[in-house]
Amino acid sequence: MTFRLDVIVKELPQFARGLGNTVWLCAVSMLLSLLLGILFVVPLMSRRRYVGGAARALVDGGRCIPFLLLTYLVYYALPSLGLSLDKWTAALITLVTYNTAYMAEILRAAWAHLPRGQTEAGRAFGYTGIKLFRRIILAQVLIAVGPVVGNQLIQLIKDSAFLSIITVPELTYAANSVQSFYFVPFESFLVATLLYWALCGGVEYLVRRGERLAAVVRRGHGH
Amino acid sequence: MLKWTTLLDLLHGAGITVAVSSLAILAGVPLGLGLALARTGGGRAVRWLAAVYASFVRAAPVVTFTMLIFFGLPALGLSLDPLPAAVIALTLNTAAFNAEVWRAAIVDFPRGQLEAAQAVGMTGRVAFRRIVFPQIWRASLPALVNEMTLLIKASPAIAIIGVVDLTRKARQIAATTYEPLPPFVAAAVLYGLALALLVAAARTLERFQRRRYGGR
Repeated sequence: MTFRLDVIVKELPQFARGLGNTVWLCAVSMLLSLLLGILFVVPLMSRRRYVGGAARALVDGGRCIPFLLLTYLVYYALPSLGLSLDKWTAALITLVTYNTAYMAEILRAAWAHLPRGQTEAGRAFGYTGIKLFRRIILAQVLIAVGPVVGNQLIQLIKDSAFLSIITVPELTYAANSVQSFYFVPFESFLVATLLYWALCGGVEYLVRRGERLAAVVRRGHGH
Repeated sequence: MLKWTTLLDLLHGAGITVAVSSLAILAGVPLGLGLALARTGGGRAVRWLAAVYASFVRAAPVVTFTMLIFFGLPALGLSLDPLPAAVIALTLNTAAFNAEVWRAAIVDFPRGQLEAAQAVGMTGRVAFRRIVFPQIWRASLPALVNEMTLLIKASPAIAIIGVVDLTRKARQIAATTYEPLPPFVAAAVLYGLALALLVAAARTLERFQRRRYGGR
């Protein structure tokens, strides 16, 4: 067998477009679900049993559904309820909904691991309600979750490959269309996988840089 | 609503999901252990190969990896039917993640116990079977079960090469009945049940181990 590098080189722009779409879809979804996760973590930590229980059921249920099944639900079942979506909107809604369940749980775990004294000290200084959450709890939770969010982003990038099934032109879709046009399946999927590898390596690198920054911030506050 | 014949059809898809995932788990857990042993105790080249394999496969989306196996391997002269290709792809994938779990347990294993085993005259093989393995197995079980749930959630990837698993079956039913909501919701409930059963079984096993061997 000959390795058809010429085809890959010729189709590099298509791979690049696919990679670009994968990157922006995942980046935007991650930011949105971080925001939604922050909103969701408040009922999740609620001491009122019904609020906490309902939030927990939603998060646990959400984390049981495979990504592809959720994609189908959004793309094929929502129209039957009268809400028709194009594939890009469906892709974003799926990515954000799916990821928010995991982000809420990640934030909850970080919050639960905060030293109790921090919250008590905040209260003693007169912080209450939203101000206590924003300035004392959230600030520390966001610094603490960096590496876990990085891992979740890698998971999201890999799950986004399922979107090729509803013909969203991301990286795996690009690889599939190149392989079916030139019949170079091995080369095409190998290159796509290597690009995912590089992308995940990039995320890990950024997380490591961020951790160094977080360490400086923590020291700066005199702990 | 779903007719009971449709529900049976859906259960057939669920059976494929369970069968393929179980085979991948049964093969992937020991394969992961082999990879972890290669990475911790092999020669330099073997260690490097095992590390590259784990890193490459863990970064690959399961869909893309499954297509690489099914469409790519025939180009190298190895043709596979969809079902065996699905089992192989999921096995190779989960083995890479399991290898990390096993490796963590092996690295944490106290050296003193190995030296003690040597001192009482055990060969490396016997020490592994009677001293090391039972302990790293108990230490790894929770994380291995976590990988199993992730594998089940990634298993719809095999639909892309034509295996009619639970998700694909639900999609087919949705397409023929023009009522997409019931089959998708039913499939989601079935996935939830499968995961809940797996987690419950693991908890029971852990409790049993704790009673028998002590510890937290």
